[in-house]
Amino acid sequence: MDFSITPDQRLMQDSLVRTLAATSSLDRVRRFAGDPADKGADIHAALADFGLAGIVIPEEFGGLGLRLLDAALAAEALGRSVSPGPFLGAYVLAPLALRLAGSKAQQSEWLPKIASGEIIAGVAIAEQVAGARDGAGVTSSGGKLSGKALFVTDALIADIFIVADQAGDLHLVRGDAAGLSRSPMPTIDQTRPLGEVGFDGVAAERLEGGAHALDSLRDAGWTLLAADTLGAAQVMIEKAVDYAKERRQFGRVIGSFQAVKHMCAEMAAELEPCRSLVWYAAYAFDDAPGEASLTAAHAKAHLSEVGRFVARTSTEVHGGMGITDLLGLHFWFKRIGLNRQMLGGPERVRRLAAQIQGLTA
Amino acid sequence: MDLRLTPEMEAFREEVRAFLATHRDHYAGDAGARPREAALQWQRLLIENGYAARTIPKAYGGYGAEPDILKTRIIAEEFTRAGAPRGFANQGISMLVPTLLEVGSEEQKTRWIGPTLRGEVVWCQGYSEPGAGSDLASLQTKAVEDGEDFVISGSKIWTSTAAQADMIFCLVRTEPDAAKHDGISYILFPMTTPGIEVRPLKTMTGSAEFNEVFFTDVRVPQSGVVGGRGRGWFVANATLKHERGMLGDPNATEARMHSLIELMKTETVDGERLIDNRVMCDRLMQLQARVMAQKFNGLRLLTSSMTGEPAGMAGLVVKLQGCELNHQIAALAIDALGELGVLYEDGPHLRAKGSWQWNYMFDLGLIIGGGTAQIQKNIIAERGLALPREPKLASV
Repeated sequence: MDFSITPDQRLMQDSLVRTLAATSSLDRVRRFAGDPADKGADIHAALADFGLAGIVIPEEFGGLGLRLLDAALAAEALGRSVSPGPFLGAYVLAPLALRLAGSKAQQSEWLPKIASGEIIAGVAIAEQVAGARDGAGVTSSGGKLSGKALFVTDALIADIFIVADQAGDLHLVRGDAAGLSRSPMPTIDQTRPLGEVGFDGVAAERLEGGAHALDSLRDAGWTLLAADTLGAAQVMIEKAVDYAKERRQFGRVIGSFQAVKHMCAEMAAELEPCRSLVWYAAYAFDDAPGEASLTAAHAKAHLSEVGRFVARTSTEVHGGMGITDLLGLHFWFKRIGLNRQMLGGPERVRRLAAQIQGLTA
Repeated sequence: MDLRLTPEMEAFREEVRAFLATHRDHYAGDAGARPREAALQWQRLLIENGYAARTIPKAYGGYGAEPDILKTRIIAEEFTRAGAPRGFANQGISMLVPTLLEVGSEEQKTRWIGPTLRGEVVWCQGYSEPGAGSDLASLQTKAVEDGEDFVISGSKIWTSTAAQADMIFCLVRTEPDAAKHDGISYILFPMTTPGIEVRPLKTMTGSAEFNEVFFTDVRVPQSGVVGGRGRGWFVANATLKHERGMLGDPNATEARMHSLIELMKTETVDGERLIDNRVMCDRLMQLQARVMAQKFNGLRLLTSSMTGEPAGMAGLVVKLQGCELNHQIAALAIDALGELGVLYEDGPHLRAKGSWQWNYMFDLGLIIGGGTAQIQKNIIAERGLALPREPKLASV
């Protein structure tokens, strides 16, 4: 019985945090956020070089062959540094879709290219997980896709797309296929660009296997968004505590006032148990599949709530400086904000959590 | 992360199961503060087999096993699964015995630990006073030296089981001129000593779970002091940790969550199950996530204590989060029951013997007791986040 991460995992995470400190500093994040032409190629390269592009890709296809827990530790590090790199869709969900539902030929063709960082894969599953809005949704007929998908990860730069249709089947589409159009969907979080992708009779290859692959993508997505929030929220607490130890008013550091001290304590008390919930959800994905969906749902919904509380409270501890662009705290605030809504807000996810365990129909 | 058990541990689990199956007819719980004969027998059987007082040395009446946190947990799980009463967990066993093992004299250990473990001697705890709650070290009950004795005057409050107890472990001020934390002694004496008056303290639940205890010239031998005169504050602090860990027990919270889910699946309003009410279901799921997080945090703490790594923040938050969560679970049960939620004590429509309301009120006491939520937040901020202490006032 060992409920902890291994020294190797800790080492990998620490090393990623250091890599990101160098390649994805707050200055670099600011430049990325301020310039739509900046595609973050240097950051992609650094992440691919680190091996993140192949983190869940089997070694036979050039990846690291690691588990979702390792990916969650990486997501936590990315959340810590509000890193603009492609990750959730491109490096985890798309490879998982190919791993779980792709044919041997599809795996051999695409997984090595993803693992090496040669291509970026966008993922379009929002309608099937969070619900269809504004008439979005993709239908499949005779090997062609029609309709539109919203909140597609890395939509503007993707070389291929993994698309869920309204029946829940998964398809692979080439980015340069005729009839495919893309447009940006600016969100509060400028570190992870999302977009809308239109399909006008676009040729697609179906991923034939794995009837429950979409559920697994959803579970992995929920878990990694929770992990990203965990990392971002942890930093917001650290920043609040550091600020409370430095900032002086009424002749004392503000961290010696109980009103401020208790805000910090409440953030820590809320977030600390979340770490174990995220670890377990990620562990369950590979090692306790019967519990994976429920724990992923609870991790996603609970981290959304705790993340919002921490984001708001940390900003308040910083006083007026907290809301300025100068301090940059808002990058974490917005990161947590996007994670909360993406793949379903907490109310929707909790409704699914009740259904997943058979409590409600 | 590897939550599988080794074959040795699986074998140990089988052993516990076999014991529980064999002795099903001897199950006897500790119904009140003063155990019945059947419960005393069950306790003795548990100690003989290593399912109670497991790591207490044989010489002092325990089973004498090496500490093994995983085995302790397996025992707890299997007893819960079988619905078998666990060994006694009164204040004597959970607080006094660890204190004596740590700092008691050989004579004190030999005399008190065995009978306490077997339930033959019942203890109460004399810490809080009307004027010394969160600021426990300001306690004023005084013990004046007189020959071989101390003469004790003052009063204690929040003393559970005082009416049934044979003995008290008590904090008293023995050195009135010493600094606040250095003038206290931790002393043991019989509750039958002349000059002790116990008054039940009725709470909002309607019953008296606590007492007030008054001391008027209570003459007790100085030999009852544990850990040295003037060292009482440090002696007591060593065991307060145990109490806080006990108050946030995730297994108890999980069991309560299970009851709440059963309630919401079976009760109906206008023919609709409580769980099919969207708002109630959403609240239930919010709490279930918290219960899960707390359970996994408990597994993480278990791993740290096995490897000897400091638990850090994960340990500091247990009392605050655990007590609050228990309270919230009771609150949702009351809300989901609607008007039925207010029924209490007795009557034809009462659910679960009124225990949800009882828990809701009693648990508020637990949020306050054993270090209030505000004191817990100070601890988290100062020990966990290294934030500065509130500056001391120049004079009081």
